[in-house]
Amino acid sequence: MYVAVKGGEKAIDAAHAWLAEERRGDTSVSELSVAQIRQQLTLAVNRVMAEGSLYDPDLAALAIKQARGDLIEAIFLIRAYRTTLPRLGASTPVETAQMAVCRRISATFKDLPGGQILGPTFDYTHRLLDFKLAAEGEVPAAPTAPASLDAVPHVTAMLNRDGLIQTEAQGNATPPDLTREPMELPTTRPLRLQAITRGDEGFILSMAYSTQRGYGRTHAFVGELRIGTVAVEMDIPELGFSVEIGEVELTECETVNQFKGSKTEPPQFTRGYGLVFGQTERKAIAMSLVDRALRWKELGEDNTGAPAQDEEFVLMHADNIQATGFLEHIKLPHYVDFQAELELVRKLRREALAQAEAAE
Amino acid sequence: MTDQTAYNFAYLDEQTKRMIRRAILKGVAIPGYQVPFASREMPMPYGWGTGGVQVTAACLVPEDRLKVIDQGADDTTNAVSIRRFFQRTAGVEVTEATADATVIQTRHRIPETPLTEGQILVYQVPIPEPLRFLEPRETETRKMHELEDYGLMHVKLYEDISRHGQIATAYDYPVKVEGRYVMDPSPIPKFDNPKLGGNAAIQLFGAGREQRIYALPPYTQAISLDFDDYPFAASKADHSCDLCAAPDSYLDEVITDDQGSRMFVCSDTDFCASRRAAGHIGPMGAPRAGADVE
Amino acid sequence: MTPDALLGGFTDAPRQSARAFRAALEAMARPGTLWPIDGAAPPAPLSVAAGVLILTLCDGTTPLHLGPSYDLPVVRDWVTFHTGAPLVAAKDAQFACGTWADLMPVDRFAIGLPDYPDRAATLIVEMPALTNQGPRLTGPGIATAAHLSLPETAAFRANRALFPQGFDTYLTCGAQVAGLPRSTNVEAV
Repeated sequence: MYVAVKGGEKAIDAAHAWLAEERRGDTSVSELSVAQIRQQLTLAVNRVMAEGSLYDPDLAALAIKQARGDLIEAIFLIRAYRTTLPRLGASTPVETAQMAVCRRISATFKDLPGGQILGPTFDYTHRLLDFKLAAEGEVPAAPTAPASLDAVPHVTAMLNRDGLIQTEAQGNATPPDLTREPMELPTTRPLRLQAITRGDEGFILSMAYSTQRGYGRTHAFVGELRIGTVAVEMDIPELGFSVEIGEVELTECETVNQFKGSKTEPPQFTRGYGLVFGQTERKAIAMSLVDRALRWKELGEDNTGAPAQDEEFVLMHADNIQATGFLEHIKLPHYVDFQAELELVRKLRREALAQAEAAE
Repeated sequence: MTDQTAYNFAYLDEQTKRMIRRAILKGVAIPGYQVPFASREMPMPYGWGTGGVQVTAACLVPEDRLKVIDQGADDTTNAVSIRRFFQRTAGVEVTEATADATVIQTRHRIPETPLTEGQILVYQVPIPEPLRFLEPRETETRKMHELEDYGLMHVKLYEDISRHGQIATAYDYPVKVEGRYVMDPSPIPKFDNPKLGGNAAIQLFGAGREQRIYALPPYTQAISLDFDDYPFAASKADHSCDLCAAPDSYLDEVITDDQGSRMFVCSDTDFCASRRAAGHIGPMGAPRAGADVE
Repeated sequence: MTPDALLGGFTDAPRQSARAFRAALEAMARPGTLWPIDGAAPPAPLSVAAGVLILTLCDGTTPLHLGPSYDLPVVRDWVTFHTGAPLVAAKDAQFACGTWADLMPVDRFAIGLPDYPDRAATLIVEMPALTNQGPRLTGPGIATAAHLSLPETAAFRANRALFPQGFDTYLTCGAQVAGLPRSTNVEAV
């Protein structure tokens, strides 16, 4: 006898209960705390904040815990929460030139005002598994040095003083908000940067990599990569001045790219820009490469048909929450459509076979 | 989501609902035209009905009776999940009976029971652009709609005919609305296409990921694209329902063993159950609705 | 600000605006039908229906034009307090409210763009009376034909000729609303 799939409600409840149990894992192993995730899986927390577009390390850590470490699922939790939040106001632009840096490197100058600061980086670690960590080894304190009070000016600002790099137009216009207005193409650089900074790290990385391999090459050097905290300020109309409401950790990357010059302009370097929440330097560097590749039109370059030059392609496919939802929706029932195709294919086969028989 | 009072009526905040409502009204005023809207990130995945959910949320009143179907059935898991969402966040009554529902959210089917004035049918739409698989660029397809340049679509349908002897599109079959916009009816089987035009209900289409809303007001012309010598024909499996004996409903094919046995049952579960309750029994049906399912 | 500006808004916005929107939706989807709409008490000369439509559809993102006989401090303050809609000239308006004479000439209003016909104005026309007598309406939303007491036919016929561009219209009187989308064919009888 035919048994239809019924009791969906019960099945869903049972699935959720099982999921919760699996998330917890073996109860003889102590449970992870949100604080542990925040403190010890910081780079995962940073990625969730960056692509979730919400600066809240505690919530990001909670989302990672709830998502069983699936970062895209955690980003989804943060995004869905973020949408429900009231918009109380907008901060003034953060001053990354005033950043309290913990890492600052330039690939274009051996030394420079403010110095090169390696900071807490994996760069020169040998990627050898550290078995001591498996035995919960506490680490000795790192050596310290007094914080420098010297200004750490942007490398590109120094180049700009000599007119060697193209000047970015300053503006007071309110940037568009990708999450509050439907995307209209072609779009603008502020919107592109917004889409890329919350775009999937893997996607942006691959797009950037493709430019390095010749699909829209822009000859990028990391003019400067800096990581640190900046103050977030908000104008309070009632007070007539801005007040500091907190600070955020950011990674900023500016690339210095080649530019041939034109009839009206002498040769000059150009820039790509990346700015991402938290210590997220792979993403910030990738962002600056993709940003630069997408600027071909305004800089009078040729469109070589490279994927990274294609604004519509990049922006429509960068969001991992959109992508994962649509990708995974094909596991939902499609038997109505499939049935329609099945009938059609049967009919076409019947007709084709009948024709073949008639021909014999 | 344990505390429903923590969220606004029908989940969305009022400003978001206003934005969606304005888009719906423009959609109604320009039948078949896709209105861009600032789709929100919903607590369910894109591709799982976020567009339909947002449209439903913007339309619901406390007095509504909501029906949610997926593949024609009220008991598919995603339909259950969406119905629960609105029970929880809007506190509306729910029903499985098409005739009793005031708002019906659907994925992939139009109910068999004819809809009436006062009802709203909300479609979940994955890809709202009927030209998308012929031209992937939004910038291009927007121009084609503007210029009413649907040549590409006709070329595609004609290529079908030259290759297969007929139009090889079985679902998601495009329609022309009031002689102007070519519209994607969402992936409903083409069997359902004749119900799109001249329907007494308001039909609203929501595509969340693609940020588009469009509409067919009641009694609007929606003609399935075809050629004079290859006219459109709705089709279904050439059987009657094995449970309720309906000869004219859209059927799911169910494989019942690994020896090639199969049966055909109505995809519209409410329609099938109502028929059996009224005494229509097919060869494999039990006299009472629900007795053959558990 | 006039003291009455603070009064007369929705007392339960989520539910009242939901019911009002359903009336507005039915009205726009079925041109020529009359729908009750209420939930607010706007200051005169705004009708209940016009006031409720404004509360339901307008906010800080939707520029609103008030016709001369509605451009009064009491109306401006009420609209500003309850919706935050910027008050603008006709050509910049997404919504406009006034008598038909106020809103003439209607070719000042946005009709949308050829590729974005949705970016068009919605007019809320306050009527001395609203009945099912008047010009004959046909088109989407209408099974055979409907009749509505329009203020005139020529302007609506000209607007229909712009389709898919064109403005859309609500007609309001007391606590009743009717809709006339750009898609409707209007014929004098």
